[in-house]
Amino acid sequence: MGLTADFPELTATARRLRQHIIRMVGAAGSGHPGGSLSAVEIMTALYFKVMRLDPARPDWPERDRFVLSKGHAAPVLYAALAERGFFPVEKITTLRQLGSPLQGHPDRKALPGVEVSTGSLGHGLAVANGMALAGRLDGRDYHVYVLLGDGELEEGMVWEGAMAAAHYRLDNLTAIVDHNHLQIDGRVEDVMSPEPVADKFRAFGWETRTIDGHDFGQILAALEWARQVKGKPAVIIAETIKGKGVSFMENEAGWHGKAPKPEEVEKALAELA
Amino acid sequence: MTKIATREAYGRALVELGRQNSQVVVLDADLSKSTMTAYFAKEFPARFFNMGIAEQSLMGTAAGLALSGKIPFASTFAVFAAGRAYDQVRNGIAYPKVNVKIAATHAGLTVGEDGASHQAIEDIALMRAVPNMTVIVPADGEETRQAVFAAAAHQGPVYLRLGRPAIPVIYNADYQFQIGRAHTLRQGKDAAIIACGVMVHEALKAAEELTTAGLEVMVVNISTIKPLDREAVLAAAATGAVVTAEEHTVIGGLGSAVAEVLATEKPVPLAMVGIRDTFGESGKPDELMAKYGLTAADIVAAVKRLKGKKD
Repeated sequence: MGLTADFPELTATARRLRQHIIRMVGAAGSGHPGGSLSAVEIMTALYFKVMRLDPARPDWPERDRFVLSKGHAAPVLYAALAERGFFPVEKITTLRQLGSPLQGHPDRKALPGVEVSTGSLGHGLAVANGMALAGRLDGRDYHVYVLLGDGELEEGMVWEGAMAAAHYRLDNLTAIVDHNHLQIDGRVEDVMSPEPVADKFRAFGWETRTIDGHDFGQILAALEWARQVKGKPAVIIAETIKGKGVSFMENEAGWHGKAPKPEEVEKALAELA
Repeated sequence: MTKIATREAYGRALVELGRQNSQVVVLDADLSKSTMTAYFAKEFPARFFNMGIAEQSLMGTAAGLALSGKIPFASTFAVFAAGRAYDQVRNGIAYPKVNVKIAATHAGLTVGEDGASHQAIEDIALMRAVPNMTVIVPADGEETRQAVFAAAAHQGPVYLRLGRPAIPVIYNADYQFQIGRAHTLRQGKDAAIIACGVMVHEALKAAEELTTAGLEVMVVNISTIKPLDREAVLAAAATGAVVTAEEHTVIGGLGSAVAEVLATEKPVPLAMVGIRDTFGESGKPDELMAKYGLTAADIVAAVKRLKGKKD
């Protein structure tokens, strides 16, 4: 992250999102920290720099849409929504508790700002396609972003969606793959390899760009590039580190769906201070 | 006798609806000439999306359109809508309560020659079990037409079950369909037949035939399987004997829904005419309906059994 000095505010925000993730998953006693931490810079760039949003009007028709297809990364979405002002930050520690709007996987009915209820993998791209088609029908210039996991690419529905997005030339849609190379059972390449990811999307008719998913300079440039792509959808393959920012979680598949114990929370927060 | 397939009535109604409401969009999965969404596609090409042979994408895209204010009708065969795309319907449409109308055609055995792989015999059970889902099985063309408009006006997911073959017309334009309300087609004091879909006509034939045995039999069309018209079920139960009739397995469908009400609120002798926990096979629709016990004669026999009369 050599360019952090160029983006002091985004870097500070990203650090706060990481702290929120650790606090909320720690308080919940369960949840998915690894794939939340890997997506922090992507989410920070989207929610604090790129997307047209108004937290006071979560259903504003002109807003840009974000679909968290990898719904288990709910903590990073909640962290971004809270920090952006969609709900009070104090509420993050209610994650996964009975009656909380912060469901284990995002529930659009429970929390304003959540566009789509996700959790069953593979759904998000097709839903994003529908939003992009509606935007075109209505002559609105909003952009639809969808964040996919790399393990999620093993779901056949992703490729049905990839085919449809290209078929309908959805250039008002950008997909981002959080390519952290780990899924529950181990390395994505070992469990069921989706490689070569960029070639597959290109073969389906997409424009692709591969970046360092923790480098704000590259992320912002890629998101701007994606909006300039015309006549086809664009995908950004973000090379990331699962568990990024917490030394003992980095590149460990075991932290996909495990909560840190209180002492681990303290250790992680000390690293993120 | 005038006949029209419910899928044909659906295709025509969609065009009518599309003219009135510009928010209506239609999606199909390479079956538009069979589901009859092709009529809508021809008149409103910009509001029609063929998703190809990709039912998961079909349901997901419909959800995205609905989340952006559209009223999508997503069509394919029932076996694919309720079966192949079950997770997309459950997690993508019903759980988030998205305003998608799933119009599933070619339901039941009357698919005919295509055989068991294409005959949805358990789709009512699947869709009825999902929270937030409204399940409608129209009995004829006019009821289908009105159900299409009612579904569009209803806020929330709807599963509309339609058939392939032309079936007899029961209703004229004076009829007023309402989601959640049963319609009593014939009064009777000795027993009641509760039917849906193509079996409503069979029930009427059966009731007529039963007059020769000295039985006055009520016939109730329960076209909304969910939410079920409990009052209508209890009124039928007041006759003291109830027979249900559906082109569906007896596990989890109309018969089960009626049984749930009767068992908990007003136990009366009940018989279910339906498919007996088996898949179908190839054959002509009439041959299949006869072989699997889905005819007026089967209903007559069931009523007589309950009433202690010999066939």
